[in-house]
Amino acid sequence: MHGWRRARLTERTKQTATGRTLTFEVPHWPGHLPGQHVDVRLTADDGYQAVRSYSLAAPAGAGGDRIELGVQATFGGEVSPYLADDLPVGAEVEVMGPLGGWFVRTPQDRGPLLLIAGGSGVVPVMAMLRARAASASGDPCVLLYSVRAPDEVWYATELDAVAEGVRVRLLYTRTAPEGSRRPAGRITADDLLGMPPPTDTHCYVCGPTAFVEHAGELLLAAGYGPDRIRTERFG
Amino acid sequence: MGDLSPGFHGKSHAFAGRLPPGQYPTESFPVLSAGPTPDIPTGRWSFTLTGEAGESRSWSWDEMMALPQEEPTVDIHCVTRWSKFDTRWRGVPLDVFLDAMETAADFVVAESFDGYTTNLPLEDVTDGKAWLAHSFDGFALSPDHGGPARLVIPHLYFWKSAKWVKGLRLTLDNEPGFWESAGYHDYGDPWREQRYWSD
Repeated sequence: MHGWRRARLTERTKQTATGRTLTFEVPHWPGHLPGQHVDVRLTADDGYQAVRSYSLAAPAGAGGDRIELGVQATFGGEVSPYLADDLPVGAEVEVMGPLGGWFVRTPQDRGPLLLIAGGSGVVPVMAMLRARAASASGDPCVLLYSVRAPDEVWYATELDAVAEGVRVRLLYTRTAPEGSRRPAGRITADDLLGMPPPTDTHCYVCGPTAFVEHAGELLLAAGYGPDRIRTERFG
Repeated sequence: MGDLSPGFHGKSHAFAGRLPPGQYPTESFPVLSAGPTPDIPTGRWSFTLTGEAGESRSWSWDEMMALPQEEPTVDIHCVTRWSKFDTRWRGVPLDVFLDAMETAADFVVAESFDGYTTNLPLEDVTDGKAWLAHSFDGFALSPDHGGPARLVIPHLYFWKSAKWVKGLRLTLDNEPGFWESAGYHDYGDPWREQRYWSD
């Protein structure tokens, strides 16, 4: 599980101005659970190496030895801008994984699901949604997805298709589309009205630290137990 | 090597010597927690040391603040690969608490208000290597970073520095904690890159 494996970039898809989906071919990939991540290692000509973690965006199985990562380029970053725009298709990096045993949804996990994502925090959540679609689970499922503006939505076209039986509610924080009933603004207690009940719902919250802190407070205030809220923060 | 990641140059070379293998420097202070941030007013905060036979000793917030304080400036290393240099803390050396009890234990389990646990050899939290910290960079420690008080054990990966800590339990045997039971290394030395079970 923990050795470095060579991974060849086979496809890069633009999600937003700075967000990319990268598909790698990794021979003998052992599989993974929705919510897990990998470490990606880059090596410069002088031997210098840099490593960062990226979430897996798709469940294992469907793609065989292929894995899909979500990369959000951060301005001035050492690794993410290179992965987002410079690594040539066909070139190789190294990956280690899968990693992470906590922010995961296993096939045995049952019950209503409340997914709350901010920005590129939707990536590991997308793996859970895609796995749910593949398993034809009938459990209630809601995605609350907070983005600054309509052009920052990842998986925009796929969200409709993956969403059979899933309620997707987009929460725009800066700019809402014309005709939106909800005014632009960060997630509030009102946005949690009508969600699956606290009694048996599992919550997964992923996004920038301030977003996760705030959403976590709202969930606790709405009666969701701390032991049913799993979080992943970045930035 | 030469065929990997063509065109990548990297920016972190300058920190060689201070940066453990596989880490990168950060100016920000990322937050890593498994669940939501708990709210713990100092009025109902206490810190309890429990011996291997079950005897215990507790300190209220005011009693803890009246204990000898230190202001360590240390580098910290998170297993998610960021390192932060010259972080400034204020708190009580764990020696002050541990000196209050005779023990034959070789290990200690740190326990937090949110149920988190992490295990350590006793010798890694004595002799000025570990603190119960309540201030960061001159200000009261914020809840997202573990306030009102957390452990600071800078020579190990930072998951060992339990946030929202409520006590230490002395144990004769090693008892793996939360992350140590979920695939992370039992000891966690960043300079030997002990991230995962297999490292």
